[in-house]
Amino acid sequence: MGMTITEKILAKASGRDKVNPGENIWLNVDVLMTHDVCGPPTIGIWKREFGNDAKIWDKDKLVIFPDHYIFTANPQANRNVNILREFAAEYNLPNYYDVGTDRYKGVCHIALAEEGYNVPGTVLFGTDSHTCTSGAFGMFSTGVGNTDAAFILGTGKIWEKVPESLKFTFEGELPPYLTAKDLILQVLGDITTDGGTYRALEFDGSAVFAMQMDERMTLTNMAIEAGAMNGIIAADKVTEDYVKARTNKPYELFYSDGDAKYRQKFVYDASKMEPLVAKPHSPDNKDTVRNVEGTKLTKCYIGSCTGGKLSDFVNAAKLLFGNQVKVPTFVVPASTLVAKQLEEETISGVSLRQIFENAGCEIAQSSCAACLGGPMDTVGRATDGEVVISTTNRNFPGRMGSKKSEVYLASPYTVAASALTGVITDPRDFL
Amino acid sequence: MEKIIKGKAFVLGDNIDTDQIIPAEHLVYSLTDPEEVKMYGKYALSGVPLNSSGLPSGGILFTKETEYESEFSIIVGGSNFGCGSSREHAPFALQVAGAKAIIAESYARIFYRNSVDGGFVIPYETQIKLNDKIKTGDELEIDLVGNTVKNHTTEELYTLNPLGDILPIIEAGNIFEYARQNNMM
Repeated sequence: MGMTITEKILAKASGRDKVNPGENIWLNVDVLMTHDVCGPPTIGIWKREFGNDAKIWDKDKLVIFPDHYIFTANPQANRNVNILREFAAEYNLPNYYDVGTDRYKGVCHIALAEEGYNVPGTVLFGTDSHTCTSGAFGMFSTGVGNTDAAFILGTGKIWEKVPESLKFTFEGELPPYLTAKDLILQVLGDITTDGGTYRALEFDGSAVFAMQMDERMTLTNMAIEAGAMNGIIAADKVTEDYVKARTNKPYELFYSDGDAKYRQKFVYDASKMEPLVAKPHSPDNKDTVRNVEGTKLTKCYIGSCTGGKLSDFVNAAKLLFGNQVKVPTFVVPASTLVAKQLEEETISGVSLRQIFENAGCEIAQSSCAACLGGPMDTVGRATDGEVVISTTNRNFPGRMGSKKSEVYLASPYTVAASALTGVITDPRDFL
Repeated sequence: MEKIIKGKAFVLGDNIDTDQIIPAEHLVYSLTDPEEVKMYGKYALSGVPLNSSGLPSGGILFTKETEYESEFSIIVGGSNFGCGSSREHAPFALQVAGAKAIIAESYARIFYRNSVDGGFVIPYETQIKLNDKIKTGDELEIDLVGNTVKNHTTEELYTLNPLGDILPIIEAGNIFEYARQNNMM
């Protein structure tokens, strides 16, 4: 019996020839990532457990991106960034990206890719559930809590249960009005928010490999919304070109065997799919945009690790170009690099940033911002009674702020089309 | 490890995510400063919409508005308890509020790991759905040796799934104690 790509990477990281789903194994970790919400408690646990002379297992493998609560007056939030800053100074950490400096990057999952930490065949753990995003690079990546991260920080190792795999194959050509977001909302509707629990979601098929890395990351990013341990896409030339442009670290390519065992296989014809939303209050509450069009909105939001990448803004700008939004619309580039690209990338000679400004959008600084609500002064935070359509990843009660708000999740096309009308709108009406 | 956990039940629905367990705006508090730690008990389960907080009636706060600890020590959930973010603040907040154990049909992976590896609350799996059989306020008794939960209010007895692989970590207290006992650190 062959192995899946996930099993092969975990076998390598555990020093074994073969692993089987359900086995608990100890892994050698290649990168540990943390941020301002979970970094300070992780450091606290590490010091408590390893003592005053605690040693970081490998400083080069520790990466810290403050990104969650950055542009806020909240004193505790600012204190948490200070704890990271002091920790980085005390241990002379090479991979700390401080707020208020040129090194500040913004949302960790996007910055990991941009800064060359995503390397095919490796194992990356992070103190954030959307760490599964990095799986788009043919690697194993998953989220853990502070205790597990503190354990890794001191030992470089962690236990994990080898997941069974589910395979999602998207054949055919993706129509110009669909994005990876529509595909993953379909998957979530089909397997629900716990259909991937303790499992790997493997994405395959010509429609997936026709995507650039930004779009592939949208698929793996939302694997956690099905409860999955990891999402993964085998590396190809697109991946290799992206990686080689950013790092000279060696990498190893793994592919699932033809006779690898899957718990279940799903096959979709991408050319026949439709623009989708997840209705309040769950990412698996799938419906077609057509079925909910006309729903009155109070706010539109384009941002986050899921929907704040360059490709997301290019797609939104195609619709917003030369038009005016009818409801407050927030544009939050995930990273400072994406923010810079908004000024450099143009449509008919007009920069994306100018297109958004001309359309009446509010452009915010790079961070996680209102995707997870955040402190009360967070830009774009949902208030009581609001109805929001967003390119972000979760719409559980209160996720974007008030638990008396409603959030629809959709693609950048659908959010942009809806911004232009003030009601949920199918992007095919504009494209 | 305690062999018996007794306490009042607090009953919730399916898919209770970490934003409902501890809303993101409260994640700024220190997890070690005693005064700030209390805030996690105060806001535990404060993100649950009121009509589904404390089933079957709803309208019951896990921690009363002026309090920092809950009168309920056993949480009864449905499927996919703890889904959503990786925040370890979630099982921590439940522990600070006074919860000792959760009994639910299934758990999200990261919440389950955090509960066990950090030694915050014991996540027991139920064999059948119990959040439509147990009512908030019922007096429960979990037998950690026999893997059962007795509802003293209704006199019903339910079987729980054995803790299995994770029992040694729970018995040790957390993953660090477990690792020390096994010469792993």
